[in-house]
Amino acid sequence: MSYLIEGNTGPWELVVGLEVHAQVVSHAKLFSGASATYGGEPNTHVSLVDAAFPGMLPVINEVCVAQAVRTGLGLKAHVNLVSTFDRKNYFYADLPAGYQISQFSHPIVGAGTIEIELTDGSRRTIGVTRLHLEQDAGKSLHDQDPSRSYIDLNRAGVALMEIVSEPDMRSPEEAGAYVRKLRTILRYLGTCDGNMEEGSLRADVNVSVRKAGEPFRTRCEIKNVNSIRFVTQAVEVEARRQIAVWESGGVVDQETRLFDPHRGETRSMRSKEDAHDYRYFPDPDLLPLVLDEAWVAALKADLPELPDAKRARFVRDYGIPDYDASVLVAEQATAAFYETVAKGRDARLAANWVIGDLFAALNRTGRTIADSPVTAGNLGEMLDLMLDGTINGRIAKDVFETMVQTGEAAGSIVERQGLRQVVDTGAIDAAIETVLDANADKLAEFRSGKDKLFVFFVGQTMKAMKGKGNPALVNERLRQRLLAD
Amino acid sequence: MAGMVELTGQTLAAALSGLEQGAFSSVELTQAHLTAIEQLNPRLNAFITVTGEQALESARASDASRARGDAGPLSGVPVAIKDLFCTEGVRTTAASRILKNFVPPYESTVTAQMKRDGAVFLGKTNLDEFAMGSSNMTSAFGAVENPWKRTGDETALVPGGSSGGSASAVAARLALGATGTDTGGSIRQPAAFCGIVGIKPTYGRCSRWGTVAFASSLDQAGPMARTVEDCAILLRSMAGFDVKDSTSVDRPVPDYRAAIGRSLKGMRIGIPAEYRAPGMSQEIEALWQQGIAWLRDAGCEIVDVSLPHTRYGLATYYIVAPAECSSNLARYDGVRFGERVEADSLDMLYERSRAAGFGDEVKRRILIGTYVLSSGYYDAYYLKAQKVRGLLLRDFTEAFTRVDALLTPTAPSAAFALGEKMNDPVTMYLNDIFTVPASMAGVPGLSVPVGLDAKGLPLGLQLLGRPFDEELLFALGSALEKAAAFTHLPAVRAGVGS
Repeated sequence: MSYLIEGNTGPWELVVGLEVHAQVVSHAKLFSGASATYGGEPNTHVSLVDAAFPGMLPVINEVCVAQAVRTGLGLKAHVNLVSTFDRKNYFYADLPAGYQISQFSHPIVGAGTIEIELTDGSRRTIGVTRLHLEQDAGKSLHDQDPSRSYIDLNRAGVALMEIVSEPDMRSPEEAGAYVRKLRTILRYLGTCDGNMEEGSLRADVNVSVRKAGEPFRTRCEIKNVNSIRFVTQAVEVEARRQIAVWESGGVVDQETRLFDPHRGETRSMRSKEDAHDYRYFPDPDLLPLVLDEAWVAALKADLPELPDAKRARFVRDYGIPDYDASVLVAEQATAAFYETVAKGRDARLAANWVIGDLFAALNRTGRTIADSPVTAGNLGEMLDLMLDGTINGRIAKDVFETMVQTGEAAGSIVERQGLRQVVDTGAIDAAIETVLDANADKLAEFRSGKDKLFVFFVGQTMKAMKGKGNPALVNERLRQRLLAD
Repeated sequence: MAGMVELTGQTLAAALSGLEQGAFSSVELTQAHLTAIEQLNPRLNAFITVTGEQALESARASDASRARGDAGPLSGVPVAIKDLFCTEGVRTTAASRILKNFVPPYESTVTAQMKRDGAVFLGKTNLDEFAMGSSNMTSAFGAVENPWKRTGDETALVPGGSSGGSASAVAARLALGATGTDTGGSIRQPAAFCGIVGIKPTYGRCSRWGTVAFASSLDQAGPMARTVEDCAILLRSMAGFDVKDSTSVDRPVPDYRAAIGRSLKGMRIGIPAEYRAPGMSQEIEALWQQGIAWLRDAGCEIVDVSLPHTRYGLATYYIVAPAECSSNLARYDGVRFGERVEADSLDMLYERSRAAGFGDEVKRRILIGTYVLSSGYYDAYYLKAQKVRGLLLRDFTEAFTRVDALLTPTAPSAAFALGEKMNDPVTMYLNDIFTVPASMAGVPGLSVPVGLDAKGLPLGLQLLGRPFDEELLFALGSALEKAAAFTHLPAVRAGVGS
């Protein structure tokens, strides 16, 4: 909350609002039957409607409407039972009709909220102003020919949800956390795959700065930022740029800017003076979109458990710390993995293994939870082996590493490598005697009062037993042996 | 075999009976019309494209299917298609240079339904460019001549617009019927000018899919023919719900023909006080009174009504229609289809292609539409026009609580000469003064020829009805038609003139 940038004239506060464009998960486009699938040879997913041939008319895709409503419900937002579509008019080669069908005056979803989590463990609620449906444009390819541009209309007409936040964020971290949380919710809902590299989630970032207690100053909009890291970077560099402008006696102009991650700067795209006059008006080809209340209720009843609810349940039912729960629910697959491991076992131990060893292993091997070499079942089995004393904690680390390498089940690794821990006191005693014999000098020191050497003898005994000794038994037998005399 | 004049001079209904009875074949009927087109089209310029080969081919197919016993409701009937309906594999120009070589790979819903029912398409008829005009003089393919002449005067007259080619073709017996589209009067006014019948159905009755758009919230397809009954037959094929047009309405299409001749006893007909244009001729006023008398004779009760917002109709229409057209015509940019003028930058490509591709009237309306939608003007023009449009609709809704239909003149004058009224676009716009309010309200309107003016030119009366009550309009229209016994023929027609 108290993120401030120190300028020459004192501290500055940041004000950030985001417009996120999220591509709707659906087979077909918003107003045509053409495939909405990413990729494909250029201009192969194009219908006559998408190419705006004479006399072609849009027909709304019910699936896209349902996805927008589900997203609205997931953002705890008001769903407008009546919404309308407007035309946003401008000329560009990748906009076949010369207008984009969008929702300007009456969006399908109104105000909602998103709760974001910050690294210091605090949480903040960010307001969502609205969500509306609109068409994506096609793609202009300027790098295929020295003098001509090529147009790919595969994306033209694909459904997007534009999700607009209130200017509620006050730091780069909050902006990043907002996009992250929004992406998580969209993925839970299955309404957007959240894939920023493929452009299915892009953010327009509005940034302004002000002195404490001031009203908002002029904002700049940074277009099409396509990673969470870039969102945080763009917010910071843009804020610093604006502070420099203000502090040098200048005025920040309202304009559209681009973030260049290579040079770590934002650049002006176009100023307010050359801003388009979009001549919005209601699309006469489409009737108002009227939703049936029962239909919306049915969609609501069908929503999956969302991350906030899941986190609360994890804390309540599994007794794990709030932070751990947040980490585990960030992705649905991780949460499901965790639940499989934790069910009927020590849930805190399960959380530690998933967040600690498993995440580290996935990071190291460049894999995701979906293609984890260690299945949830196998990790659970390994925890069972620890809890029933078959292996000790130290051996467990080795077994886990083998699981990561081979994908083998814990039990079979333990059997094959003979890693079962030794609970036979005779064997432990024999190992102790060997260690004491080999370290007569240390024994003498211990006897003369150097108590700390007890740990040394435990270590040596475990080493002699190749780590398989039951740690409690080794301690107990050593204590008896050394303190007996 | 009947002679050419008998074949082309009959009504569509009579032609259907003749085909049914084997009096002639569709090939003969079609050939007679193609011959008439060959003779007269060079003069009238009613068709932009004549599809003789395809027409004869479908005529042969139609004769074959009739022989098999599976004739459709329009089997073998040669009709003309306004060149605003996209026709698969047949050039569709919208009478614009920008689409002069455009061949759509799809068939509009309306024409597809007519084909389904067996109609034979003779070709594509001329129109005002993108249906913007009331004289057919804005066509990039040249003006159309009205087959009617003032008595003793060979001056070429306009057929009205925008469906002027269709009206001229039907009046001159070059086709038994034709499709038109009506945005502000484009079926009714040319029907009146050419002495034929035309109906603009309720908005949503015919699918707009595949018809080149002018103003989406107003455009509506409808038939033009020489009798009310012929229009009823054609509309039944043209109308119907279409999932591809969200504004088309899902309700059954009645047998309109069955409504003809039904009793009109007790029907209440409203006479709106506001449909008296300044300078409207005494002849039109007299004919209107005559129409009132005929309907009273048919058993109707005549009621004076008021549609108080009528006088704002034209002004609001010329805001709403250009606004929608400015957006609808943005797709003609020279990028994907249509004519392109090459340039070094995208903006120049747009500018040059559109400058060369569009005519003056289209450019004028794009400019007006762009202006009224611009930020700072939107509220004062477009938004206000939409509010007035609501009031226009309310006028009709309220009137229809008291009466079953309205009777008005179709146009404030008879056909004028080619070149007249061209110096001032507003004078031209005034032609739509009686037709525009129904377009704005979306209610159906039928124009019937009921007499001639002193110079021998046809005049029409307009019947306006409740939404989706086209049946009553056909019933009333046929009563007027019967009473008027309009048997006058245009000077130029198949077998005569050229």
